[in-house]
Amino acid sequence: MANEKRPVSDVLGMGQIEPEASGSSQINVGASERILSAAGGALLLSYGLRKASFGGLLLAAVGGYLTYRGTSGYCPMNERLGRNTAQEDEIVDAIEISKSLTINKPREEVFKYWRQLENLPRFMFHLKEIKQIDPKRSHWVAQLADNPFAKVLGSVEWDAQIIDEVENERIVWKSVEGARIDNAGEVRFIDAPGGRGTEVHATIQYRPPAGQLGGTIMKLFNPTFKQMVKQDLRRFKQLLETGEIATIKGQSSGRTKENESLEKPSSEYATVQEKHESLML
Amino acid sequence: MKALCYNGVGDLRTERVPDPAILNPKDAILRVIYSSVCGSDLHLINGYVPTVMQGDILGHEFMGEVVEVGTEVKKLKKGDRVVVGSIIACGECSYCQSQAFSLCDNSNPHAWMLEKAYGDSSAGIFGYSHAFGGYAGSHADYIRVPFADRGAFVIPEGISDESAVFVSDAVPTGYMAADMADIQPGDTVAIWGCGGVGQMAIQSAWIKGAARVIAIDREPERLRLAREHGKAETLDFSKVNLQEALREMTGGRGPDRCIDCVGMEAVSDSFAYYYDKAKQYVRLESDRPLVLRDAIMACRKGGTVSIVGVYGGLVDSIPMGAAMNKALTFKMGQQHSQKYIPELFDHMQNGRLDPSFLFTQKMSLDDGMKGYDLFNKKQTMRVVFAPGGVA
Repeated sequence: MANEKRPVSDVLGMGQIEPEASGSSQINVGASERILSAAGGALLLSYGLRKASFGGLLLAAVGGYLTYRGTSGYCPMNERLGRNTAQEDEIVDAIEISKSLTINKPREEVFKYWRQLENLPRFMFHLKEIKQIDPKRSHWVAQLADNPFAKVLGSVEWDAQIIDEVENERIVWKSVEGARIDNAGEVRFIDAPGGRGTEVHATIQYRPPAGQLGGTIMKLFNPTFKQMVKQDLRRFKQLLETGEIATIKGQSSGRTKENESLEKPSSEYATVQEKHESLML
Repeated sequence: MKALCYNGVGDLRTERVPDPAILNPKDAILRVIYSSVCGSDLHLINGYVPTVMQGDILGHEFMGEVVEVGTEVKKLKKGDRVVVGSIIACGECSYCQSQAFSLCDNSNPHAWMLEKAYGDSSAGIFGYSHAFGGYAGSHADYIRVPFADRGAFVIPEGISDESAVFVSDAVPTGYMAADMADIQPGDTVAIWGCGGVGQMAIQSAWIKGAARVIAIDREPERLRLAREHGKAETLDFSKVNLQEALREMTGGRGPDRCIDCVGMEAVSDSFAYYYDKAKQYVRLESDRPLVLRDAIMACRKGGTVSIVGVYGGLVDSIPMGAAMNKALTFKMGQQHSQKYIPELFDHMQNGRLDPSFLFTQKMSLDDGMKGYDLFNKKQTMRVVFAPGGVA
């Protein structure tokens, strides 16, 4: 099976970094409490969602929180109170994604564009915004799919810290403690042989929340994450090489707007692809 | 505007759709003067291509007039009469810079689909399924042309609209087939398929120095055109033992260069799809994969097989042993229109290339389905739509 093979970062001699297990990747709610929490939460959530009112939303929010707490085994309230009802600390394993692409531009130029972190949302469509707080620290805001869970949850935000940086060579970062999704990453910039431009090697590790809150968070970090990272790199390459991102979004067709489904945010590629594959089989 | 849209297998409809808009700074908008049918469209229409969607506008071989340009378009201007290569290329990536435009890294917004099937993605193509970018095609009043400075070429004086439209695809594809074949003085070149691309390959083979050109098809009219306009010797494969005929015509050696202008003419973005469907394909399209097999068997030792007929996935029973032990060279690919178009204009102006006879039927967009039926039944060489009217 693919996941039993050596991670690519290992082959490349990268990926020594591991995201902190701080936020939701820790389990601090005991088993029976989790079951109760999840069941009660699901009830409130489904009831709340059926009520298309502010009160309904509020109920759904509380339900969503309890479901999240139950299925993930992580309770931010417990964390804040220093309370841990789990038998022992369990940490969810980090998932690693490695992707690379060659860009027909000098290494300095490629590094410079990436290091200006505010640029990243221009080609990483799942990000809404990155704000540089100080030279090493930044605030990241992810884009959530437009569904009721997303509304309840609000946006997913975290702070990241650059923990190692060599100009024109590499950038290593980690989310700081308390991130809803603990993550870490490294991007390396290497001269491709024979004047073939710059190789960009990106490795991203994250600890998924053990449970899935209505799949909303996992939609951001699901198995198509790999493809998303590759598409991000592709758009990065397009921007640097051509100054624009190839698109058909907004072009003419005989479809009504609702049917215009292929140009989705990258976080939803899974859906499109599954549909597409079932169409072929 | 009006556009010819795919609505399901064998179902094309002329519909009212929104006018195209500039979406990127290097885009231009063209008013389409002529838009031709192409053999590869048939497989889209017949449902062999999985990523065609209801509402897609077909057509990838066209010429017209520039009506609007984006802020980063430097060379083209409003009013220019241009022909546009079928394949979209950025001009900046390493492939484009080595003139391999159909391998462009940046022009396919759905690169991830092709990557799954082929290990890497190739360029976007107008009106040619979503795996190849899903770009709206040219069977419409207007079309958006991305990377317009790279893809659109101003048509020189003396070349008619009726000739220029084929410089989009049929001419560069046929020309590239002859170019890849590496024709040496004295060579005999055998060309399978006498449609638009084959006819252009025949003329191009002479330009590249062929001593003899043998054209192969089974449609009497197409063979007649190959003789008349291409000065080729012709073989009707339905009436002769092709292998024997080719061998005996060449003193037992076999043709030095073999060109496949037929192909499977199907695309897919998944190997799994083809793994299951390949054999079915063979039965459905009994003569299609035979071309590649025939070319390998007929080709002389140390010769070249040049492939421009489109293959999409897996093919069955290819005589690899013959290819290996006869030390054949295989060359293939989608055409690099941006590389060839300037020299094609030159050949056309000097009378060495003439695609005008391919233009056999002018039709209105409203007759889209009828036009493809006619073409599908091989009752005409090329139907060309004139969105502005046929008068």
